[in-house]
Amino acid sequence: MSTQALFGQLLIGLINGSFYALLSLGLAVIFGLLNIINFTHGAQYMLGAFAAYFLMQRWGLGYWWALVVAPIAVGFTGIVVDRLLLSRLKKVGKLDQVYGLALAAGLWFMIDRAFAGHPEWLVIVPLALWVLLTVSDRWAPPKPDEPDHLYGLLLTFGLALIIEGAFRSQFGSAGLPYSMPEQLTGVTNLGFMFLPIYRGWVIVASLAICFGTWFLIERTKLGAYLRAATENPQLVQAFGINVPRMITLTYGFGVGLAALAGVFAAPIYQVSPQMGSSLIIVVFAVVVIGGMGSIMGSIVTGFGLGILEGLTKYFYPEASNTVIFVVMAIVLMIRPQGLFGQR
Amino acid sequence: MAATETPAGPRDPAWEARYHGASLAIMVVAFGAAPFFMYPQFAMQLLCFALFACAFNLLIGFGGLLSFGHAMFFGMGSYLAAHAAKVWGMPVELAILTGAATSTILGVFTGLLAIRRQGIYFAMITLALAQMAYFFCLQARFTGGEDGIQSVPRGKLLGMVDLNQPFAMYYFVFAVFLAAFLLIHRIVHSPFGQVLKAIRENEPRAISLGYRTDRYKLAAFVLSAALAGLAGSLKAIVAQNASLTDVYWAMSGEVVLMTLLGGMGTIFGPVVGAVVIIAMQFYLADLGAWVTIAQGIIFVVCVLSFRRGIVGEIEAWLRNRRK
Repeated sequence: MSTQALFGQLLIGLINGSFYALLSLGLAVIFGLLNIINFTHGAQYMLGAFAAYFLMQRWGLGYWWALVVAPIAVGFTGIVVDRLLLSRLKKVGKLDQVYGLALAAGLWFMIDRAFAGHPEWLVIVPLALWVLLTVSDRWAPPKPDEPDHLYGLLLTFGLALIIEGAFRSQFGSAGLPYSMPEQLTGVTNLGFMFLPIYRGWVIVASLAICFGTWFLIERTKLGAYLRAATENPQLVQAFGINVPRMITLTYGFGVGLAALAGVFAAPIYQVSPQMGSSLIIVVFAVVVIGGMGSIMGSIVTGFGLGILEGLTKYFYPEASNTVIFVVMAIVLMIRPQGLFGQR
Repeated sequence: MAATETPAGPRDPAWEARYHGASLAIMVVAFGAAPFFMYPQFAMQLLCFALFACAFNLLIGFGGLLSFGHAMFFGMGSYLAAHAAKVWGMPVELAILTGAATSTILGVFTGLLAIRRQGIYFAMITLALAQMAYFFCLQARFTGGEDGIQSVPRGKLLGMVDLNQPFAMYYFVFAVFLAAFLLIHRIVHSPFGQVLKAIRENEPRAISLGYRTDRYKLAAFVLSAALAGLAGSLKAIVAQNASLTDVYWAMSGEVVLMTLLGGMGTIFGPVVGAVVIIAMQFYLADLGAWVTIAQGIIFVVCVLSFRRGIVGEIEAWLRNRRK
């Protein structure tokens, strides 16, 4: 085997690593404040890729637009999800049962109408549910509840099923092509290997986004609020900071990161409803290996494991699918809290 | 999962015993008569998944451990039973035992790893390990890759009863299911089960009382894995195949859904949940991906508004009525 092939696999590893890093970073940010492992993350990554695809198909807006619009749009759906679903996990109201039934009927009706070519219901139904919630909360104020955080996992898992099921029934299982932006097509010769420009761009851009997020959270005032709210939400709320709103926006931000990864992925892989579900399981393993304690930890573990996977593909291809899970098992034996996790 | 538990207060043991007796009688009569009213093949599928859900419930409902990788035990049991019956030519009862034994051994290893973390980490670790098992089955020779293992022979039970007869097969599956169900009932109400519940409610306190909680959790995990493997082995003989669907993560999600919908921590909940979910898949099969959407909606609504599940809600209603 040649060094060309080795560098080729390393490059693929770095690409995968940048997706692992972006996704586990989003998971870590969400977990910090919401105490929820966001199982929908894979579906939201897929939504990002589909958003890029729609922007191209419907409105002729290309890749550069998608990079900006898709994360914002998908992040906004995240905000809606937090308001209508996730925030309800922490409250018990008298009308919860009524709301649950309305939710079931509303979701079913919404998806059915959207398939029949009436996308306006995608706005009307969530609005109606929001009105129902607001009115019922006024009428019978909910009490705070401290549920087991496994419920967050189950709720987001259900949501992932809904989203993926809906896309599968609309677009089938086959992938849809998404073309690369012209500026980034082609290959450059680095001397020791040929680098497809788009792949180089993805690695550089992901690194920039990762460190930007790290800077935002660890070095700015806004990040200080976030970290404080992670430590002690009640106290931060008492200082006059609107913690519920911060939680909602954080969820939107994490979801936006997933969608951004989806846009990066669209030209490399095909856009398909299943693109997120197997990836998210690997990302979960990455999160277990790194531990969710630190932002930098997620970035380093994400890229590191991507590279390791690339090397395995070169030296022992049979194990390339499972190497990350094996590493997870070893880490659990030696350091159960994860490489960067605190006890 | 403490929040699912109905508020305590002194319970009337005589009433509980009558309630359990009556429910058990209803279940036995319903499943006993089932093959006369529906396809025996379908009824057998129901029993296999009901057993799978009961095995899962032993872990989540009484041990408070959410495994997102139970497809691993179900699927590996299914593969090994199918392989033993078809390639090794084992009689059916030995093939089923082979499948269950495989899952038990697998349960020991994954359990040792997974119980090192708790809560959501436990869920993520089991999910990841199950995905590893999936890739193993995808690549291994004996599983037949994408094709799976087809046309598994049913053979004769103890060399006497021909299991190709639908009714004979049905009552064999029913007998195994009932035995496993009663075993779970016994485990839950044994001192071991009580310690398990104590760990679920408050692990630090259980430790301070001198219990080695890790051992209890591991034992619960292995038991649950073994019974899930038994369910998978039965399924391989019933459906006469073993395929990648059985080890895929979607199967892990399905068993969580069955248990959640029926009622976590109730004895009969998983059975009800399995019947509803499998019936839904069967009757809505034409709708394709809509089944997934419906499952997702049930998940969301159960978590938000009906955490006790069907049986849990009925139990709560019955208990309230008595006051």
